[in-house]
Amino acid sequence: MQSVPCHASCVDEGVGLLRVRGLSVNYPSRVHSPVLALRQLDLEISAGEAVGILGESGCGKSTLALSILGLLPAGARADGSILFRNEELLRLPEARLRRIRGAKISLIHQEPGLALSPVMRVGEQIAEIIGAHRSLKRKARKQEAESILQEVHLTDTKRIYAAYPHQLSGGELHRVAIAQALACRPDLVIADEPTRSLDVTVQGEILGVLQNLKRKFGTALMFITHNPALLIGFTDRVAVMYAGRVVETGSLSRVFGRPLHPYTRGLLELVPRSLRGGDLTAGTRLPAILGGPPDLHCLSPGCAFEPRCSLRTGICRSECPEELMPETDHRVSCFNHGS
Amino acid sequence: MAAEQAAKRAVKPALARVKALSKQYVQRRAFSRTKFVVDALKNVDLEIQPECLTALVGSSGSGKSTLASCLAMLEKADAGEIWFEREEISHCSARELAWLRPKIQMVFQDSAGALNPLFSAAQIIAEPLEVQGRESGRQVRRRACELMEEVGLSADWADRSALAFSGGQRQRLAIARAIALQPTLLILDESLSGLDLVTQAQILNLLADIRVTHSLTYLLISHDLSLVGQVADHIAVMHRGTIIERGTRQEVFGGAQHEHTRELLASTQTLESAFRTARPGMRP
Repeated sequence: MQSVPCHASCVDEGVGLLRVRGLSVNYPSRVHSPVLALRQLDLEISAGEAVGILGESGCGKSTLALSILGLLPAGARADGSILFRNEELLRLPEARLRRIRGAKISLIHQEPGLALSPVMRVGEQIAEIIGAHRSLKRKARKQEAESILQEVHLTDTKRIYAAYPHQLSGGELHRVAIAQALACRPDLVIADEPTRSLDVTVQGEILGVLQNLKRKFGTALMFITHNPALLIGFTDRVAVMYAGRVVETGSLSRVFGRPLHPYTRGLLELVPRSLRGGDLTAGTRLPAILGGPPDLHCLSPGCAFEPRCSLRTGICRSECPEELMPETDHRVSCFNHGS
Repeated sequence: MAAEQAAKRAVKPALARVKALSKQYVQRRAFSRTKFVVDALKNVDLEIQPECLTALVGSSGSGKSTLASCLAMLEKADAGEIWFEREEISHCSARELAWLRPKIQMVFQDSAGALNPLFSAAQIIAEPLEVQGRESGRQVRRRACELMEEVGLSADWADRSALAFSGGQRQRLAIARAIALQPTLLILDESLSGLDLVTQAQILNLLADIRVTHSLTYLLISHDLSLVGQVADHIAVMHRGTIIERGTRQEVFGGAQHEHTRELLASTQTLESAFRTARPGMRP
């Protein structure tokens, strides 16, 4: 297989909505050297495209979401570039950023129960966002909020609008959170593990709502998750993250059909298959990636996945693999991707 | 081989048995005098076979955790019987239950909330040993370090605070603490939800290992059927305070009788089969 080294310059020019280039984020630490949460990360999202960000906990998925929204904690240092509609988000004044956040880019939290105020009716919380970005009369705001609630398949809009968060079920709260994110018809919605801690039936419904959202409004979606199975059906592209970097990216069918990075392969093997046939006794073990993600205080000069990798060779320890493009629209950072 | 083992297990009497268990919670709305009753458990029967993994599945609010707390005698049931190792325990006083406490241990979902942040890892594991007065001083510390190694944590981390560990490591710590007293029944109350797939698989493999070394019986409470489908020997499905389906894993997955079970299975399997289609090269 012929592998062509690929640099940022040879990226094909699409209708770029969001373009992240060489993004590095450090969290300073009093005791240790700074935590390198993101290292030279590149990512692109076109208008109306749904991209899945895949990786285990602690690999920088949420940091990426927060840096796009300009919500990194005080003290965190971000370098590189995040271009959104040709505006450099990293150097934008807070006042301008506030007009983008919520209106053009919005976030669906992991725990909508915590993201919503417990002392305010949920409908008013949606109307509040509309009021912050558009000059509408009170009544029009209410109408708008109710129509958004309908769009996320909440039929009983009058009751939901007037309810406090504690009066709603888990599934309803999730839909309210999605409605809130959609309130101003944003160009990009970032969903940070939106179905964590939901049971399967509700999870299916929420995924359905998100799929519809993309189809109906053409909103671009960045879907962060650790479970590859959740991306099926509505994400066009996948970016697999490890230790603050994208290690493999490409169309969903390519990455899932023929994963090149050993980490991606490991993740895909982990998707539960009920009735696998084994039982939980010694001898029959589930496939697992051994060990944990590396300590981001002190990374070795080599590939960050090397200690856990079954395909490692001598070069993996001393050198960091460059991004390669062995197939069109499929990039990978691994020396042994072919084996 | 597996069939032989299963047959051997089946002959043994149940380790724990719950008969016609009922439990109600009386609640009151804020600023209102009217009370209303929530039937958390209605006439529940359940048997837990020794050295098996029994899974209790259901959507949130179906009564899974209430059943577990009643079984562990953390809550008193209103009516019904609870048998553990051939003894009826539901009417025992706290003193009479002293023998039982070490035998049933629980691991909760929110490990960060369940572990004392002011304690070091070794202290967390040592606490139950000290409370039971089984070992003393230096021995306790040594035992704690052994247990840490057993669950895959380095004994060098014995003096770290619980907060310095990651989610998966904290769950390992909670398991080490739970097995410190050599229990027979380990109740895992949503212990694996909230962990990513990598950590989930690692913890499940750890549970498989210690199940053999400690002859443990598991009661795994989960809302995730695809997780349960990988590891459970027996499955009980709960819905609105009752058990609507019981059987071996093959029985429940192969021929679910109740409509709600079929619904749960359908949503799980839709996701799984979609994934299989997207991944043609996957091994069967």
